[in-house]
Amino acid sequence: MVEFSLPRNSKIVEGKTYGKSKNSNNQKIIEIYRWERDSGKQPRIDKFYIDPDTCGPMTLDALMHIKNELDPSLTFRRSCREGICGSCSMNIDGTNNLACLKPLEKNTKKVKIYPLPHMKVIKDLVPDLKEFYEQYKSIKPWLRPKPNNSKREMIQSQEDRKKLDGLYECVLCACCSTSCPSYWWNGDKFLGPAILLQAYRFIVDSRDKDRKERIEMLNDAFKLYRCHTIMNCTKTCPKGLNPAKAIASIKKLQISS
Amino acid sequence: MKNTKLPISPHLQIYKPQITSVLSITHRITGFFLSFTLPLLLLWLFCIFLGSSVYNSFITFFSYTPLKLILIPITYAFSYHMLNGIRHLIWDCGYGFSLRFSSISGVLIVTLSILITIVINLIIVF
Repeated sequence: MVEFSLPRNSKIVEGKTYGKSKNSNNQKIIEIYRWERDSGKQPRIDKFYIDPDTCGPMTLDALMHIKNELDPSLTFRRSCREGICGSCSMNIDGTNNLACLKPLEKNTKKVKIYPLPHMKVIKDLVPDLKEFYEQYKSIKPWLRPKPNNSKREMIQSQEDRKKLDGLYECVLCACCSTSCPSYWWNGDKFLGPAILLQAYRFIVDSRDKDRKERIEMLNDAFKLYRCHTIMNCTKTCPKGLNPAKAIASIKKLQISS
Repeated sequence: MKNTKLPISPHLQIYKPQITSVLSITHRITGFFLSFTLPLLLLWLFCIFLGSSVYNSFITFFSYTPLKLILIPITYAFSYHMLNGIRHLIWDCGYGFSLRFSSISGVLIVTLSILITIVINLIIVF
């Protein structure tokens, strides 16, 4: 359902201020969305004043600095700190990115951090990705190989392998899906760019036997065709991939097969 | 743990307008707007059908300058919607998905649609 404004329990109020020093001119202000279930209160924006010289260069470094020094209750997901695990996806200064890959801007004073847009919030910057993973499961994201009696490995030509470039790199951080207005309004039925890119990854794999079935399964007004080529997905992907192109390729296959 | 309903994180409110999404929503708005101008076009055609005297009074009526002003948004909506439609056709053929192409073509169609609007209104309408 299209709902442009936030429901009453999601309206954001002003929060607390941490770490403001007497000479706050050199300090950066990190504004972070906070919500905890047990408090029973509205989500709020807390302001954290930090000295950029005492923390690392990335947004994730700032978050860890805040968690260590100012408020240990600040909650966010992180793991590899090098853009390979896809855990620390969030909305930084208005666009989705991985906090570990997004440098703190040198010239701006303020950084605003929100959880991934239009998601249920579990706590602070941690969104509920359950439905996202259910959708991922629905496309059967594993190789269903052609029957192979010989005991040798499945050979793939270099050409066929090249078709997977730009697809296999996806770390399922959900930045693209949650940047897509179509996914905001129809996220329950539309699979979204991340899942469709993953679906295409298995459709073009020369070793997979269920190509037709996979294409047929996506032939649905909502699952695939809620994509209106807005291209926010490609614009925001932290790994530089192109979900919009993958979706268009699926649409083309729908016609030709 | 209290059984509170989880809040929805902010979306439209905080997502920075992107050239991609702004052009897309403009396409929808112009399309929606154009569908309302269709009766005007039909009225015009209908007046032709009714003969010269009716047609002449229609033309005199719409030659009134304040009324002519509504042609500006209509020509803009039409030229934008048409040019962006061509852009979408290119995408539907499977080309032009690079960020470079989509931003350059986006800026191009906005400029072109403004130019077309100015030219049409200067030459024909006013």
